[in-house]
Amino acid sequence: MARILARFLVLLLVVSICEAAPLFQPISDSHRSAALELFTLDHGSFKSLEETYEALRTFQILGIEKKPDVTAAACHSISETVGSLSSTPKDLFYALKANSIAECKIHAKASKGIISSLNSAVSGSSSLLDFYYSVGGLVLIKDQSSKDDLQLADAEGVFRSVKAFSQSDGRWRYSSNNLESSAFAAGIALETLAGIVSLASSELDQSLISTLKNDISKLFDSIEKYGDGTLYFDDKLVDGYEYKGPLSATSSVLRGLTAFAAVTTGNIDLPRDKMLGLAKFFLGIGVPDLKFYLACRVSIPLILSLPAAVLSLTKKDSLKVRVATVLGSNAPPLTVKLVGVFSSVSKDASLVESQELKFDQGSGLHILNDLLEIIDVGSYTFVFEVVLQEPDDEKVYVTGSQTKVPIFVTGLVRIENSEIVVLDSDLGSVESQSKLDLTAKNAVSLSANHLQKMRLSFRLTTPRGLAFKPHQAFLKLRHESKVEHIFVVGNSGKHFEIVLNFLGLVEKFFYLSGKYDMEFTVGDSAMENSFLVAIGYIELDLPQAPEKATRPPLQAIDPYTRYGPKAEITHIFRAPEKRPPQELSLAFLGLTILPLLGFFIGLLRLGVNMKNFPSKPVPAAFAFLFHVGIGAVLLLYVFFWLKLDLFQTLKVLGFLVVFLVFIGHRILSHLAAASAKLKSA
Amino acid sequence: MAREKSSKDNAQALFHSLRSAYAATPVNLKIIDLYVGFAVFTALIQVVYMATVGSFPFNSFLSGVLSCVGTAVLAVCLRIQVNKENKEFKDLPPERAFADFVLCNLVLHLVIMNFLG
Repeated sequence: MARILARFLVLLLVVSICEAAPLFQPISDSHRSAALELFTLDHGSFKSLEETYEALRTFQILGIEKKPDVTAAACHSISETVGSLSSTPKDLFYALKANSIAECKIHAKASKGIISSLNSAVSGSSSLLDFYYSVGGLVLIKDQSSKDDLQLADAEGVFRSVKAFSQSDGRWRYSSNNLESSAFAAGIALETLAGIVSLASSELDQSLISTLKNDISKLFDSIEKYGDGTLYFDDKLVDGYEYKGPLSATSSVLRGLTAFAAVTTGNIDLPRDKMLGLAKFFLGIGVPDLKFYLACRVSIPLILSLPAAVLSLTKKDSLKVRVATVLGSNAPPLTVKLVGVFSSVSKDASLVESQELKFDQGSGLHILNDLLEIIDVGSYTFVFEVVLQEPDDEKVYVTGSQTKVPIFVTGLVRIENSEIVVLDSDLGSVESQSKLDLTAKNAVSLSANHLQKMRLSFRLTTPRGLAFKPHQAFLKLRHESKVEHIFVVGNSGKHFEIVLNFLGLVEKFFYLSGKYDMEFTVGDSAMENSFLVAIGYIELDLPQAPEKATRPPLQAIDPYTRYGPKAEITHIFRAPEKRPPQELSLAFLGLTILPLLGFFIGLLRLGVNMKNFPSKPVPAAFAFLFHVGIGAVLLLYVFFWLKLDLFQTLKVLGFLVVFLVFIGHRILSHLAAASAKLKSA
Repeated sequence: MAREKSSKDNAQALFHSLRSAYAATPVNLKIIDLYVGFAVFTALIQVVYMATVGSFPFNSFLSGVLSCVGTAVLAVCLRIQVNKENKEFKDLPPERAFADFVLCNLVLHLVIMNFLG
């Protein structure tokens, strides 16, 4: 009883979502033909088992009839996979899923083979997807071969292994190595766990189920939100290849949730507004999530749609409304009422009274004629209500409350009394006047000086004779040098007028005298006859520009030249230092050697001798090595300057210095001993 | 006139006495003095060169001059330590002083070569 209650609760929530279905088009032939184009047979079979399953499922949901070649191709690949011993759990899973739609026969021997390979796959699984495919496959084969005694050995152990992939924030990981977690994986995990519960031989530990329910609520805490109230699940974009997107993630979570709700007792506490937000997400995307509507099998929502949301008064369009079920089939007998029409001006008060639309049996549409009597041009919100005629239908169909539809009404706006006048500024007397013929181009030619004014005026009326304010009413003056000025024409009621006082505009026009082309435009989205007309030209005589006046902005000859190549940048480098001429440097090098020569000459003059050089061989060798050592160090320094770096030098120097110190100590102590002996003697 | 002559004579007499006193110094000290003179002269020539052409690779100039000056200073230290008339360093064997001189010169020249660039 509790189990039925839980299932009913989930379905009720889903139904409430269905009730909230806003206006959009039900599934039509365009969806079906798109699906057929998408899933085509390539040499008599689909590219993979996954694609086979997706094709069959899509055709089933869209209501496309089973085609014999598609079914045959599917059965062929299914039986191939099922019969082969080397099929992976993933292939078996998709083959069995496709089989649940295609309903091909599977041999008992093949079923036994599948069951044993899937069972071994379950025990050998190490990642979430492995578990998903193997457990899912077992659930499917249990349904299809109606083996009610098929059970999962050690269901609790498998449950715990899958649960090990969960994280504290409600998301799940794909494997113990991969640290990335996602909501999509959470959906897959929930489906797998639901499958395990259904395959378990005995009741699983309730504490496991309740921790799982906690995980689900934590997952729902991480739900993301768009500004208009739609809610969805999304995963972090880490690796573009692996990223599934919000639609996949959200539908995966809901699939898992419904699967889990179907197998567990008790309630899953989910806030109703979150379910509503998820519904808006799916409906807002525009592609109806068909899983949703299959769950809505309990109550079929009726969708109100309009073939055209823009109505033209000139063509005398009538308002047409179509009511159909979600999947595009006909609705039961009902009436459509226009409850009210609201515009941006009158948001609360309806412009018309509530009336019923007439049902036309032939086209299946509800029609309202004679709109002209009701409303004028502009944009409105029409509010409709659907009332079922048979009281029994109310249990089967869901109509929802009032539906608001934005409707756009267009028509011809009359423009009359248009004229352009040049006036004398002081006296206000008319100097020249011409009527504007908006069909004729460049008909007007006027001239004025800076002391005069120009006035353009006209009247706009809607088809019903009311005042109309268009989105655009501009007058553009363009000088010969392509400098442009745009003015907005203001209105009071139906009368539109603009007065250009040239005395005040002299500076704005950059003191440029000459011929100005005039362009006049009136436009609105509700106006069927918006226009842009070059009405003619006006010769303006403006005074000379004073020296401090601003120059007009440079007009590009070709406005796209600003995208062309720019000037070359010349880099200024630091000038190299002045070096002396080489001869001078060499001369001084020679000069530097001179003191050294002087030193040697001085030594010779002093009578330097080598008498103290030890004669005995061992000390002589040491003495010689001492000098060699010093010479080697000095040579090392020369190499250091020429090409070695400090670290290499220090390394070699280390060895040399140790050597030198040892040798030096020996020879010098020997010499010291010799001189001490001499002194004492 | 007589005073001038006497001052000139004095200067000459001073010079002569200095010279004869210097002749009495031991030869090894004279060698060291010669070495110091050579080092200082080399430094002077380098300074004249820098004055002529400008100090562009300043680090090279510095290293050259400082190597001369440094070795001169070390030689002076050696002279002080080796001089037998210096009572302070009576117990220091001259070979030891010479070993210090060699080692310090090697270190100085390593630094100089590094700085030379």
